[in-house]
Amino acid sequence: MTDFIEQFGVWGGLGMAVAQILAFAIVLLISLAFLLLMDRKVWAAVQMRKGPNVVGAFGLLQSFADFFKFVFKEIVVPAGADRSLYLLAPLITLILAFVTWAVVPAAPGWVIADLNVGLLYLFAMSSLGVYGIIIGGWASNSKYPFLGALRSAAQMVSYEVSIGFIIVTVLLFAGSMNLSEIIEMQAGGFWNWNVLSFHAWPMPMFLVMIPMAVIFFISALAETNRPPFDLPEAESELVAGYQVEYSSTPYLLFMVGEYLNIVLMCAMTSILFFGGWNDPFGLDVSGWPYLASHAWYFFWFAAKIVFFFFMFAMVKALVPRYRYDQLMRLGWKIFLPISLAAVALVGAAVVYGPQG
Amino acid sequence: MADDMIETGKSERNFTINFGPQHPAAHGVLRLVLELDGEVVERVDPHIGLLHRGTEKLLEHKTYLQGIGYFDRLDYVAPMNQEHAFCMAAEKLAGITVPKRGEYVRVLYCEIGRVLNHLLNVTTQAMDVGALTPPLWGFEEREKLMVFYERASGSRMHAHYFRPGGVHQDLPMKLVEDIRAWCDQFPAKLDDIDSLLTENRIFKQRNVDIGVVTKEDVLAWGFSGVMVRGSGLAWDLRRSQPYSVYDELKFDIPVGKNGDCYDRYLCRMEEMRESVKIMIQCCDWLMKDENAGEVLATDSKFSPPRRAEMKRSMEALIQHFKLYTEGVRVEEGEVYVAVEAPKGEFGVYLVSDGSNKPYRLKIRAPGFAHLAAMDYMSKGHMLADVSAIIGSLDVVFGEIDR
Repeated sequence: MTDFIEQFGVWGGLGMAVAQILAFAIVLLISLAFLLLMDRKVWAAVQMRKGPNVVGAFGLLQSFADFFKFVFKEIVVPAGADRSLYLLAPLITLILAFVTWAVVPAAPGWVIADLNVGLLYLFAMSSLGVYGIIIGGWASNSKYPFLGALRSAAQMVSYEVSIGFIIVTVLLFAGSMNLSEIIEMQAGGFWNWNVLSFHAWPMPMFLVMIPMAVIFFISALAETNRPPFDLPEAESELVAGYQVEYSSTPYLLFMVGEYLNIVLMCAMTSILFFGGWNDPFGLDVSGWPYLASHAWYFFWFAAKIVFFFFMFAMVKALVPRYRYDQLMRLGWKIFLPISLAAVALVGAAVVYGPQG
Repeated sequence: MADDMIETGKSERNFTINFGPQHPAAHGVLRLVLELDGEVVERVDPHIGLLHRGTEKLLEHKTYLQGIGYFDRLDYVAPMNQEHAFCMAAEKLAGITVPKRGEYVRVLYCEIGRVLNHLLNVTTQAMDVGALTPPLWGFEEREKLMVFYERASGSRMHAHYFRPGGVHQDLPMKLVEDIRAWCDQFPAKLDDIDSLLTENRIFKQRNVDIGVVTKEDVLAWGFSGVMVRGSGLAWDLRRSQPYSVYDELKFDIPVGKNGDCYDRYLCRMEEMRESVKIMIQCCDWLMKDENAGEVLATDSKFSPPRRAEMKRSMEALIQHFKLYTEGVRVEEGEVYVAVEAPKGEFGVYLVSDGSNKPYRLKIRAPGFAHLAAMDYMSKGHMLADVSAIIGSLDVVFGEIDR
């Protein structure tokens, strides 16, 4: 934003910044609409159904139809609910989900805020997301939402810990918390991506980083309350968990926030482990015209997000749900020690390896 | 809330929640009042009766032929198995012998009912632990089986196909061939579901050692069906007191070991494979030319006269009219008949006073005894296990509430 202000003056710069944010948000929302459709289509295909196919060609406009359906419904606030908190909760979820995207670079320079503590910011914002769920569950003043809120609080806190340590491993390699720098470090072919990390050769770091990528993906499932960790909204136990009392626009906000977080986690997986906007062959596109090279970068970033989103959808279609204690056991007794050990190993490799 | 605490003198109280009747995992209209200590279940109190339709009383005002239809609506997942019990009771009282072909058609459709039931139960048990795909895979096969129901009786679910003395009409040969062809492809479909669940770690973690029933408790609670066999007792009415033509057919009784939800799941999967074996034997028998013949006992009053005969004979016309209005008078007496329905021992206790309607009819629904043990099975488990246990109990409220 400071660049804009220097370039266009205070008002012009502010306007440009707002325009930039708006453009980012709109692109994000529209892609989300189609990702949502893809989620349902993948799920339907696994279940041998057709999925949404009525609104628009191949059901392409289904998400927009759903959007209007929710918006035009009456907002029902339960009699015993705390009205202001009840309506605040979905807003918190949605806003935090959007705000987190500010530091995610879609291509070199294509980022709203190029923070040098981007990773820390991202981590902080996604941790705050649990507030929306807890407040929503509590303010509903109903038993199922209450249980759902309690579960999600415990769950998100547990998995945040292992996600934190996994991020530290990447951070040790990159030596930076700026997401753009983390991506640039992985340039030059898929063997340089953190998941294989041949940039640390002759250290065989892929032995550590491949498991880390897998654990990150699984923790991301837990962090976003997706199956098999969808306990806060477990249908067969808690009906819909913290969302039971929500309908209409507040429900929509919850859902959009949730899916934004899922897409964010897909983006994070690709940024931290799979090279972000870098293509897998290490093609040098610096000579290309600006738009062409950036479209190329953006294409790879988007493709990776879609791929991981597909994985998210497949997991949802295939696995049963963990029980509460099993989920805790997995988080604290398995993921946490493994990621801690990985931090030590990566730390040792960085200090004693070729870069150290 | 504060008042409660003062009165009981306790500093904390349990969290009571209403599980159902409008709960996605309640399998119909079950209402459980759960007392939770955190997530741990301290007490389960099943409330029944939300689907009570007074079937037993209604049957006292219906002739035997009219009564059959009520049995379809008990356990609506496997309708013909219930019809079988009622028809057998009426036959026993009236002293009718069923022609061999009729028995084979009945057994064929009872086994279709068993597969219908187990497919639904196994896949919804998976859904109760969070796997959403198996039900849709299973429903594809159920759909085909329901078409077989429809082709035999004209109705997908409420068949009203069995009659005291056999079945209403013989099967067209093409239908028998189609069922035979279905039997060949079904095990592969079962393998698909198998591959998704049986060795799935999460599915195992959610089902192994959950809702364990010991052999002693099986007897104490009056369990039957898979609930018994899952605990390692080989008790199957088709074997232990053979009825119909089950003694002529080759099949095995799968038995579990630990009596937990997982063993019951495995039992049901295996029983479906055994049912397919029985269906194949029945189809092969029915397709042989030398086995052609009547499917409904011609010497009983329950069989309507032939249409051609009615055109010529006044007596036949009168008999037809009397059969479908007044019904048939059945000997005075009482009888208990039980069949191995997919859910367990389905029994009919029939008292006749010699009139055209049952004097009293008591239905023994297997699910009723199983549901009664809900508290015993769930105590100390977690909330999520309650839905897993309900899933493995295989309750359908049509028969429990009657």
